[in-house]
Amino acid sequence: MTGKSATSRKMLLLAPLLLFLGLAYVVPFLGVVRWSFTLPEPGVGQYRALLTDPLVQSVFARTLRICLVVTAATLVMAYAIAYVWVRGSSVQRMLAEFCILVPFWISVLTRAFGWLAMLSNRGLINTWLQSAGIISEPLALARNELGVIIGMTHFLIPFAVFPIASAMRSIDERVLLAARGMGASRIRIFWTVFVPLTYGGLIGAALIVFVFALGFFVTPAILGGGRSVMVAELVYLRIFQSPDWGLGAAISVVLVLFIGVLLALMRRFIKPAHLVG
Amino acid sequence: MPSSRPGPVLLIAATAVALFLLMPLIAVVPVSFTPARFLSMPSGTLSLRHYQALIDNPAWGQSILLSLRIGILSSAIATALATMFGLGIWMFQPRFAAVLIGFVLLPLVVPPVVSAMTLYFLMTTLSAFNNWIGYDTWLGVALAHAVMITPFAVVLILVALYQVDRRIDLAARGLGANLATRAFRIIIPNIKFGIATAALLSFVLSWEEIGVTLFITSVNAITLPRLMWMGLRDNIDPAIAAISVLLIVITAVILGFRIFIERRGASEPQ
Repeated sequence: MTGKSATSRKMLLLAPLLLFLGLAYVVPFLGVVRWSFTLPEPGVGQYRALLTDPLVQSVFARTLRICLVVTAATLVMAYAIAYVWVRGSSVQRMLAEFCILVPFWISVLTRAFGWLAMLSNRGLINTWLQSAGIISEPLALARNELGVIIGMTHFLIPFAVFPIASAMRSIDERVLLAARGMGASRIRIFWTVFVPLTYGGLIGAALIVFVFALGFFVTPAILGGGRSVMVAELVYLRIFQSPDWGLGAAISVVLVLFIGVLLALMRRFIKPAHLVG
Repeated sequence: MPSSRPGPVLLIAATAVALFLLMPLIAVVPVSFTPARFLSMPSGTLSLRHYQALIDNPAWGQSILLSLRIGILSSAIATALATMFGLGIWMFQPRFAAVLIGFVLLPLVVPPVVSAMTLYFLMTTLSAFNNWIGYDTWLGVALAHAVMITPFAVVLILVALYQVDRRIDLAARGLGANLATRAFRIIIPNIKFGIATAALLSFVLSWEEIGVTLFITSVNAITLPRLMWMGLRDNIDPAIAAISVLLIVITAVILGFRIFIERRGASEPQ
C-alpha cells in the first residue's frame, strides 16, 4: 500500500461528511456573520446596539439568570435520580431508568405542552387546589419565568444524568469499602468520598446543561407566553416579527463566541460520549 | 455493596424527581379527554372528540406522513455519512482526529437558534437557484435535519467502534483483506447495533425537530411538530393533548419493553 493511495482512501471515507457540513453549515454560518455586519447597513452598528439597547440587555440578563437557576436545579435533581439509577436495587434501577429515558425520548414540544397541562390556570394543579378549596383564584404558574424554569429543568435533567451516572459508575468500590472500614458513617462517606469523586461528571453535566439552556427556544416560547423572552426567542422575533435580520445575526454571532470561549476553557471536562448515555 | 445502597433521604429525593419527570406526561392524559374546546381538566363527562379531530382533520395525517418521509431520508443521509466518517477515523486514526470529530459535532454544540438561523440562510440561498430543495420544501427540511442529527449519529457510531477489538481488524489485514472487505465483512458487522441505534435516534430526532423547522418552513412543509406548534401558540387546541398522549404511550411502551428485556437478560446468566 503506497502512502498516496492510503491518503486518498482515508479521504474517501472522511471527506463526504466534512464536505457536507462545510457546505451546509459552515459556509451558511459565514453568511450569517456577514448579515450581522451588512444589515441594514454596513458597519458594526448592530454590535453597538447590542451593547446599548436596554431591551437586548434585559433579555441577556434574564437569560443568564434563568440559565444559572436552571443549571443548579437540574444538577441537584439529576444527582438524586442518577444515584438510584446507578446504585439502587435492581427494581429501583429499572424504575429510575424508565423515568429518565421516557422523557428523554419525548419531544420538547410535547413536554412543554405537558407542563402547560400541569401549570396553566385550568391545569391539573390549579384545578386540584381549587376543588380542594385551598385557593380561590388560580396561581400564576405558567406564562411566566417560573414556568420557563420548571419546563427547562424538566427538559435538561436527562442530559445531566448521563455524565453524572457515568462518573458514579467509574468509582472504585474499594475506596468506599476502605472509608467504611475506617469507620466513616454513611453520610460522611457520601459527602466526603462519593460526591468529590463525581466532581468531573458534575462539571461536565453543568457545562452541557448551561450551554443547552443558553440556546433554549421552544420551552421559553411556550411556557413563558411571550412575557419572559430569552435570547433565542429574541432572535426568532427579530427575524420573523420585526424583521431586523442584522440584530438577529449579531446575537447569533455573540452566542457562538460566548459558547466557544466557555467550551475552550472547560475543554478537559467534555466527553462527547456522555451526551447520549 | 450495602454501604452504597441509596438511603431513605436519597430515595425520597429520587422519588420526587421521578414524579417531577413523569407528571407532565401524565397530566396530558385527562386534558385529552376534556369535552371543552380549550385546555382544561374534564369535570364529570369525558369526550373522545379530540381524538376524533385527529382523524377528521386531514392536516394531522398529512403532517405525520411528511414527518415520516423527512425522518427516513434525513436519518439515512446522517447514518451513511456518520458511518463512513466513523470508519475513516477508526481505521486510519488520522493525526487530527480530535479536531475532525470536534468539527463534525459543531451543530450539536452551537445553540439551536444559531443553527436555525444558519440553515435559514442556506435555504433562502438555495431557493434562489431551484424550486426543489430550499425554503419551505420537504427536501430542504430533510437536508437541514440531516445537518442537525449527524453529530448524534457520529457519537453513537464512534462509541460502538471504540468497543471493537482492533486485533480482529489486524488479523483480517494480515490475511490480505482489502479496505472494502475489512469495512463490510469485519468492522460493520461488529458495529451493526451501533449503526441501527444511530439510525433510530436520528429518525426520532428528525421526527420531533422543531427549532430549525420553524425557521425554514411556512405553509407547505408542515411537519407534525410544526403543526403542533401552530396549535400551541395562541388558543391551545386540546387535539395537541390527544396526539401527545399517542406519542407518549408509544414511547413509554417501546422503552419499558426494552428496559425490561435488557434487565432480565442482564440478571439471568448469573
